[in-house]
Amino acid sequence: MNTHAPRPLPALTSDTMPFWTAGAHGQLLIQQCCLCSYFIHPPTGFCPECENSETVYTAVSGRGFVETFTVNYKIWMPGLPDRYVLALVRLAEQNDVRLATNIVGCDPASVRFDMPVKVQFEQTGDLWIPLFAPDPVP
Amino acid sequence: MKSYPEKQTAISGIGQSVISRGADKSALGLTIDAALQAIGNAGLKRADIDGIACWPGGSGEANGFAPVGIPQLQDALRLKLDWYSNASETSGQFGALFNAIGAIAVGLARHVLVYRTMYEATARKTGFANALNRPGERVYGIFNWYAPYHCYAAALQQALFFNQYVHKSGIKPEQVAQIAINGRRNAVLNPAAIYRTPITVEDYLASPIIATPLRLYDCDVPIDGATAIILSHRDAARDGPNPLTWIEAVGSSMRYRNSWTQLDALSTQAQPEVARMMWNRTDLTVGDIDVAELYDGFSFHTINWLENLGVCGLYEAKDFIGDGANIALDGAFPINTNGGALSAGRMHAYGQVHEACTQLWGLGGARQVQGNPKVAALTTAGGPLAGCFLLARD
Repeated sequence: MNTHAPRPLPALTSDTMPFWTAGAHGQLLIQQCCLCSYFIHPPTGFCPECENSETVYTAVSGRGFVETFTVNYKIWMPGLPDRYVLALVRLAEQNDVRLATNIVGCDPASVRFDMPVKVQFEQTGDLWIPLFAPDPVP
Repeated sequence: MKSYPEKQTAISGIGQSVISRGADKSALGLTIDAALQAIGNAGLKRADIDGIACWPGGSGEANGFAPVGIPQLQDALRLKLDWYSNASETSGQFGALFNAIGAIAVGLARHVLVYRTMYEATARKTGFANALNRPGERVYGIFNWYAPYHCYAAALQQALFFNQYVHKSGIKPEQVAQIAINGRRNAVLNPAAIYRTPITVEDYLASPIIATPLRLYDCDVPIDGATAIILSHRDAARDGPNPLTWIEAVGSSMRYRNSWTQLDALSTQAQPEVARMMWNRTDLTVGDIDVAELYDGFSFHTINWLENLGVCGLYEAKDFIGDGANIALDGAFPINTNGGALSAGRMHAYGQVHEACTQLWGLGGARQVQGNPKVAALTTAGGPLAGCFLLARD
């Protein structure tokens, strides 16, 4: 995604820091309940399934599927690409973990619903932003 | 049917400032215009108003989204209040109205001034468009999961929801277009509307794509303007000049994940449970609705609500809308009779309340729905945000 418009960045909390920084080690970290293994996203430190408060950050496969997407046409500001894809990706490990993201590495017109995708990271400032590209080996 | 407390409240008066693409007075001035008009329309005096509610409250930002807070209005009008509250984290814009119902029901107020002011037309001219975030900014709050992905406007998030709806329902652009065309057809009959030149399917298809499948003509029109309504206890409204018009039932629930990324059902948004709550609080059914003012901040919202109110089945709106005949003023289910936010201007749900009363009171002029309408449905929408209510008169 060739762009000169700098990405706005999320303010971090102690809950969200691992998610936004683990890309430095090539990992997508999602918080997980230590008792029932439910993935908790956004991370809160509390499992809504079993009410346990012991959680860990687990490296997931980085694989997922396009839950929904849109191809942006409007030039909101200088430096944005002519077309780019905003999407919600559901993780392969658990359907109700959805990540907002950009789909990269393909023609925006080729993105489809339920298309298999895999994470990659783009360093921006002190953060590693998870992006997704078509997964050649789903 | 249990006597739910909203039935003890009534809209006793309505007021609206000039609606424009650039006002010749301040946002506070517009708000005062609307408020005084509503108070007078209800047959009341300033001294009768003992409560104020608004959505979302003053923001202190330059984008014109929330330019007037309750303190400024209360002080300008020198109102003596027993209760006041803004409401931004609630079930859409009607949350202010639902709060006012609560205040009246428990006896904290008798006549509540409810208002919504927008100053987005002027704000955009001076470079302060409403934006979710800006380059180089650290983003706090509920939209920060979208922050790094060049998601600068609500239109982009809504396009995500809309696209899944299109994928699941198979609705065609020509059918979506009928929401904008219907609004414009009604706006032609409304002298106060912003855009009054008729449009066609071809015009719709020629309008620029913002983010697939969302086109410019699917998006409401930023305006400067204020709307005010007076919500009164039913007993206090009975003696007023307008026909007694009570809140029959409200839908204010949140039973989904309240999140713009994790919301359980993207293609229906949060509407089904909200509608279910409303229908559980009334003996009326969808067949009793004579006129509907369905939120059209984006035309997709209106399409969603046709289904979620039960006017047609899930993913059947495309057939119900068809060539637009069913939703026209003389159709089976007339909607957005003043032109809606798409053509009359983005009064952000309170334009709908003003118009519903106008229709129920038989004051619609050239756009009046025939047959003496007695029940109106009103809805708001936007991802996890949704609210709805029924207005009724004898």
